[in-house]
Amino acid sequence: MRKDASEVTAHPVLIFWIIAGWAGYLLLPWYGIEDGFFRFEWLVDGWPLEDDYAPAAVLVGRGEKLWLAPLVPALVAPLLVIRKRKIDPAYSVVLILSGAFGFSWLIAQGFGIGIRGFNYDWLTALFGELGDRQFGMGYGALLVASSFLFLFTQGIAARGAINGDVFVVSAIGGVIVIVATFVFFPIAKMLIFAFITEDGGYSATVFLSKFFDDRLWGLGCLWGARCGAAWNSLFLAVLVGFLTTVLGLAFALVVTRSGFRAKRVVRALTVLPIITPPFVIGLALILLFGLSGSVTQFVAELLGVQPTRWLYGLPGVLIAQTLAFTPIAFLVLIGVVEGVSPSMEEAAQTLRANRWQTFRTVSLPLMRPGLANAFLLGFIESMADFGNPLVLGGNFDVLSTEIFFAIVGAQYDQGRAAVLAMVLLFFTLSAFYLQRAWLGRKSYTTVTGKGDAGVHPLMPKRLAVPVFLVAGAWGAFTIVVYGMIVYGSFVELWGVNDSLTFKHYVTAFAVAVNENGIHWRGAAWDSFWTTIYIAAVAAPLTAAVGLVTAYLLTRQSFAGKNAFEFGTMLSFAIPGTVIGVSYILAFNVPPIEITGTGIILVVSFIFRNMPVGVRAGIASMSQIDRSLDESSLTLGANSWQTFRRVILPLLRPAILAALVFSFVRAMTAISAVIFLVSAEYDMATSYIIGRVENNDYGLAIAYSTTLIFVMLAAVGLLQLLVGKTQIGRRTQFGGGG
Amino acid sequence: MADTRIRSKAAPVSFRGVSKVFGKDVVAVDNIDLEVTAGKLVTLLGPSGCGKTTTLRMIAGLEMASSGRILIGDKDVTQLPATDRDVSMVFQSYALFPHMTVLENVSYGLGFSGFPRAEARDRARAGLDLVGLKGYDDRLPSELSGGQQQRVAVARALVLEPQVLLFDEPLSNLDAKLRRQVREDIRAIQQELGLTVVYVTHDQEEALAVSDEIVVMRNAAIAQIGTPRELYDAPVDRFVADFIGEANIIPCEIVAVDGESAEIAVDGYRHRLPSRGMPPGPATLAVRPSRLRIGVENGFRATIRKATYVGVRMEYSVEAPFGEVFVVQDDVQNPLAPGEDIRLGFAATGPVLIPQG
Repeated sequence: MRKDASEVTAHPVLIFWIIAGWAGYLLLPWYGIEDGFFRFEWLVDGWPLEDDYAPAAVLVGRGEKLWLAPLVPALVAPLLVIRKRKIDPAYSVVLILSGAFGFSWLIAQGFGIGIRGFNYDWLTALFGELGDRQFGMGYGALLVASSFLFLFTQGIAARGAINGDVFVVSAIGGVIVIVATFVFFPIAKMLIFAFITEDGGYSATVFLSKFFDDRLWGLGCLWGARCGAAWNSLFLAVLVGFLTTVLGLAFALVVTRSGFRAKRVVRALTVLPIITPPFVIGLALILLFGLSGSVTQFVAELLGVQPTRWLYGLPGVLIAQTLAFTPIAFLVLIGVVEGVSPSMEEAAQTLRANRWQTFRTVSLPLMRPGLANAFLLGFIESMADFGNPLVLGGNFDVLSTEIFFAIVGAQYDQGRAAVLAMVLLFFTLSAFYLQRAWLGRKSYTTVTGKGDAGVHPLMPKRLAVPVFLVAGAWGAFTIVVYGMIVYGSFVELWGVNDSLTFKHYVTAFAVAVNENGIHWRGAAWDSFWTTIYIAAVAAPLTAAVGLVTAYLLTRQSFAGKNAFEFGTMLSFAIPGTVIGVSYILAFNVPPIEITGTGIILVVSFIFRNMPVGVRAGIASMSQIDRSLDESSLTLGANSWQTFRRVILPLLRPAILAALVFSFVRAMTAISAVIFLVSAEYDMATSYIIGRVENNDYGLAIAYSTTLIFVMLAAVGLLQLLVGKTQIGRRTQFGGGG
Repeated sequence: MADTRIRSKAAPVSFRGVSKVFGKDVVAVDNIDLEVTAGKLVTLLGPSGCGKTTTLRMIAGLEMASSGRILIGDKDVTQLPATDRDVSMVFQSYALFPHMTVLENVSYGLGFSGFPRAEARDRARAGLDLVGLKGYDDRLPSELSGGQQQRVAVARALVLEPQVLLFDEPLSNLDAKLRRQVREDIRAIQQELGLTVVYVTHDQEEALAVSDEIVVMRNAAIAQIGTPRELYDAPVDRFVADFIGEANIIPCEIVAVDGESAEIAVDGYRHRLPSRGMPPGPATLAVRPSRLRIGVENGFRATIRKATYVGVRMEYSVEAPFGEVFVVQDDVQNPLAPGEDIRLGFAATGPVLIPQG
């Protein structure tokens, strides 16, 4: 009954992409449309003849944009092999050649010809002045590019790559192209900017002078002046990494190695960093320790001293980051502490080690890689953090905020921003590389698939006392800080007028009902709905890209898989500010011109949060036995059908988790967003930062509190849904009918 | 209603010089030739790491041969992926889809074979009937016992009427009592429908019990192919002799060859057995523990070192001049004690000459 694919001569996937390519060339507007990607007024506004909306075929037919003409043969050639068999050598050769030629021509003309004609002098020298110009790519170009890409991958598959599996080869090709476009291309473009002189030439001395700037590497703080931003960032990140690791370990020990009752509460801590916009902790600290903060005022009155601005600078940023990132360290370390096999510890005890000796000689050494991992995570997070230094940094310059001021400040120096971003990227990538290269090999995970019946011993006394003290104090502090956030949102004007009020909420979220329906009057609604909209668009795309990547990484083997994995996880180590700078440098000119649109925000979220989806996918896919895929394949399903009918349904909890987390992360993000927002697309976080800069703390805090509760609701809903899917079951045939 | 009886479309499988290399230099299967006759149950047997599972997965199309050709029926399938081969497989872990009911699992493959939904359902029901799971349609795999899951996996593979049905250690997750029954069921269905089955196991008793033919593999190559009887009675070498039922390897001297039969001497003890084409001179003998006889008058001298009572028989470790031998005796009433001196001889049939090495 089974059909033999090698005999088939009508390939639906091939036909689909050929039609798509032709539709892109003949029908859809070739260039980007000013109104926006999701506006369709052009359909009734002179399309297809109006120049702005014309398809490539119309433009070429009129003798304009003639450089689009060479795409035609690449679109025609695949038509010749539609009736051929896959094993026919001509089939793969034609597809590979036309796909590769079409795709590279598209890219070459896109970069070669810009808004002012030829982009490069040598092109002008070669062909003479071009009396024409072109804009960013639109629907047509996008569709034609995808068509060429997937024609190419089908050609590769027909040559027998990955058992001739079209779906897998296409997925690999697709992921590589989008990651290259939206991660590597902008970073590369940014690096080039570091070498550009003011008059547009390239020069290494420009780079060197910016690189060896005193503001970057100065060591003035050793004798009382100011240190460079690079040293500040490094010093801060090391401190934060160390502190969060120690505190995280203390919490992890309390939860796993003590008789402490309220363990669930401590575990709930781990949700906090997910749902807290990064600068909110800084705001709460200002309410406590700022010039007019409660604690500052209280102490000043008690001791009769002048309140100071001690918080602004290293101390404030350090406290805020430690508060914000301790839960991350805890999350890592709880797995590590639980991962130490109880039977190892029991073995040590039967060998006459007492509890303290067991902890010191067995448990702690086994946790060492986990501790290093937690340290590096804290390091990377601190380096990349933008919100807290912006709010609390004062004169303490760190790289992430310096980048911001280099771009948006009075100096407006793209080259300097690029150099700073390179330094920051160097630090985080080194930490990322260390984490993978060094820790990847040294896994001491002692948990095996087999049940380990032992019980973790309790902490020894001399460890338990300090651990409880530290964890208790820090836990109480965290609760106070979060309490301040909620309380602060109801206070009229902190430190001046302490009366309680709903004023801030009204200003932000007032709603009026009139004859036209609901009127969103509050100042925050615009950015709130934009945020929800952008986050809701980005979340499913992030989850999809992440899960497909995870599928390729866990289920397929192909040449260059390690590089593929490194490339896809890389965006985790790229700080948001770097992404932000590189995006505005790369995407404000054709061929991809999306600065100021909602798309650039969506795209930045997809690639900032993709590692989250990839990790969720990898974690749950490695729970699904490979034999399930294989049995589906031997039962006649192809890999796409297997992915859709076996893997996806089993991944439902992971999909939900990826959806919710990318949604929530998109709502809390600030570092990349602040570069990419525009008047039309303002996001909640950048709006709040704007309020903070205007010293409008009440509104900022009220808005933050609302965001925290919205996200708490999202996470809670996820818990409910995931709980349900475990008992949910589908019956295709009904009750025996 | 369409005829939903399951038929066989049994086809032969043939391997021509097939090798499989993982990475750069890990040779999992080294240039093997193999013919599986249509309608026969052939077992791939060998210690772990011998390449038997890789061989099976190459038939399924889950691994692609690095070189050589694989034919199913008269068609070259070397380059075809699993999806496009007319082969189905029962996995060691059963690999039932946990999110589908029993009936959905069994009709899964039928959906891709172009059957309309109603017919797929009827065929799936017929398959479940065949393995004795009528009425379990709406259960989830997690609601079934191990043996039942196993049978669902068999039904799921059977309903596709594959040219070749593959089993990868299908009994290893079952308890000892169930194993005997399931293996008999598998054999019964195979014979009734006349299926071509390739079966992987590392358990020699299982292999002897179910197979028409056994392929013993060692170090990525085939050591011997034969019927269970041939392998047991006439192993080609020491490895096969020892792997299929234990064997004592005893050095001996062929003193005279007389056509098909030879006379050998072991420490002065004389015995006649088939010569298997070997010339006079030093040789090696493989003797099953049960084919050694204690108390043979002119046998060679030996001393009991250990005696173990295991219920149905006695097991002795015996020290002979050429080394230790392992002897099994059915007489449990009069056990011998360690230290006793005895004379050992061979049963009339059983011992075989094997090439030296």
